[in-house]
Amino acid sequence: MSSALLEVRNLRVEFPTRRGTLRAVDDISFSIAPGEVLGVVGESGAGKSLTGAAIIGLLEPPGRIAAGEILLEGRRIDNLPYEELRKIRGRQIGAIFQDPLTSLNPLYRVGDQIIETIRTHLPLSEAQARKRAIDLLQEVGISSAAERVDHYPHQFSGGMRQRVVIALALCAEPRLIVADEPTTALDVSIQAQIITLIKRLCREHKTAVMLVTHDMGVIAETADRVAVMYAGRIAEIGPVRDVVQNAKHPYTQGLMGAIPSIGGAEERLAQIEGSMPRLTAIPPGCAFNPRCPKAFDRCRVDRPEPIPVGTTQVACWLYEDARAKEAVHG
Amino acid sequence: MIAYVLRRLIQSMLVMLTVAFVAFSLFSFVGDPVANMAGEDASQRDRDQLRRDLGLADPFPLRFVRFVGGVLQGEFGFSYRNLQPVARLIVDRLPATVELAVSATALALLVGVPMGVYCGLNRSSALAQAIQAVSLVGISLPTFVTGILLILTFSVGLGWLPPFGRGDTVRIGWWQTGLLSVSGIKSLLLPSVTLAMFQMALVMRLVRSEMMEVLRKDFIKFARARGLTSRAVNFGHALRNTLVPVITITGLQFGSAVAFAIVTETVFQWPGLGLLFVQAVAYVDIPVMATYLVLISFFFVVINLVVDLLYYAIDPRLRDGGPGGTGKGR
Repeated sequence: MSSALLEVRNLRVEFPTRRGTLRAVDDISFSIAPGEVLGVVGESGAGKSLTGAAIIGLLEPPGRIAAGEILLEGRRIDNLPYEELRKIRGRQIGAIFQDPLTSLNPLYRVGDQIIETIRTHLPLSEAQARKRAIDLLQEVGISSAAERVDHYPHQFSGGMRQRVVIALALCAEPRLIVADEPTTALDVSIQAQIITLIKRLCREHKTAVMLVTHDMGVIAETADRVAVMYAGRIAEIGPVRDVVQNAKHPYTQGLMGAIPSIGGAEERLAQIEGSMPRLTAIPPGCAFNPRCPKAFDRCRVDRPEPIPVGTTQVACWLYEDARAKEAVHG
Repeated sequence: MIAYVLRRLIQSMLVMLTVAFVAFSLFSFVGDPVANMAGEDASQRDRDQLRRDLGLADPFPLRFVRFVGGVLQGEFGFSYRNLQPVARLIVDRLPATVELAVSATALALLVGVPMGVYCGLNRSSALAQAIQAVSLVGISLPTFVTGILLILTFSVGLGWLPPFGRGDTVRIGWWQTGLLSVSGIKSLLLPSVTLAMFQMALVMRLVRSEMMEVLRKDFIKFARARGLTSRAVNFGHALRNTLVPVITITGLQFGSAVAFAIVTETVFQWPGLGLLFVQAVAYVDIPVMATYLVLISFFFVVINLVVDLLYYAIDPRLRDGGPGGTGKGR
């Protein structure tokens, strides 16, 4: 674990409000290895985007990191002054946001936005940076890049703009990219292209990705590992294959059951009853217990911490016994 | 583009013709210039003779056509009061008003924009709150009150600045400037501050609210996520996106500064167009009043054209209807 590129330890994100403090991300820990793609999945409001924002140091006030640490290559970055963190953003941690239509400044040529970013982080001349910008645009699959570099964002389609955004995120060769719902705002036909592109580029540049999405299909296709978040906590985290094919947490099982399959029997799509609790009304014990089909007494009282079960970690009391047995037999 | 400018020019002609008509017809009812000119002891025959000489005996349409015909040839008629060509009076007075309006607008922008940016960035700081409060005073205090208070403080109380007049002027070609002498600049200070006060407050409040709106946009968040410096984000990316409304208001305000310098010029006995107009009203000097109003409408028309052209310079989305162009959405 010491070789981790990014390590998040007991992170807690809070929003002080007039009616008390809301805990949007509650005591989560995970790590990302160099070059690894970690998918973070969950419903809206589960805290996945906030976790991403906390890592790049762009939580919007009054949101703040209330506890925990974030380490990048062993160096703590969550308590750095703004200017120090600014130098890390873009250079070591890149970001891709949800809506490519609004991510680019409409008044500047895309080339100028890329060149500005490159020259902020790398000691290149204007001409060198421009050359690099054209190469990058080419690399993200924009044809006649030498010409397109002087175009304005409104002259690109949504999918093309997201490619520009990806070029911008990659332009200073960061080690990690936080991609927050990078395909949600795109046409379904474009989504696959963009995901493939992100996957290919990150493999080639050996960039790790934290891919935040609510699309389990995207995760299954792209990620090496996946973290399932629910009400500000990680319910289950492990290799994507194990989580998808052999989900342990009842919530994950529910999520998997809710994915329609082509060629499957024509039955009603399974759904999880109820909805995620609001931050103001998270039940005691396991936050999922009111919706959980397998909940028992302990779930309503004690909050489960993640425990290793096989290759995954699961925050569920169902596996407490299994682990105890394992300990005895092992 | 050329077609656009031409179309705008034709529209402008119509606007000015309408203004001239309204002005001319109104002034036919404000009083009888002959009564003023002939004096008390003139006989009825003298009066009728004068009326015929001035062309006032002719029917209204004929007088209007004669006026417009003269204007088209650059002949604005003779002032009834000083019996000089109106064109010469205007040329004599124009520099004073233009210098006052330009310095007031420049002052409003130089002070208003930075204050607006500061208040937009540091919304809750004590200084920002204080500026907000003071700007409310600036926006609600009538110009003549501001002017009189300034005279009371800096001329009567402290004796630093002259309370009226334009100081020494230097003639450059036909342009009589007060900017090249110490006393001219000292005289300019109080009137331009008076005239600038309202505009300054308006610009500051506008920039502030536009900044606050733009800073919430995704592309600002993305610019931060790329690690651009605060300076580049705030001034390069945010401020430029606030410019379209700011330019609109500044343009209109410059027009108003020229047109409504009347009050300020009266308070400070500033020998500009406004003072000329006030004197003309008192004397029912129809040619001067009509010419003044046509000139002011000409200013507004030109300013609006310049403002529209500036939009094109600032916002690339207006320049062409490229793919994905969403018009003028801000």
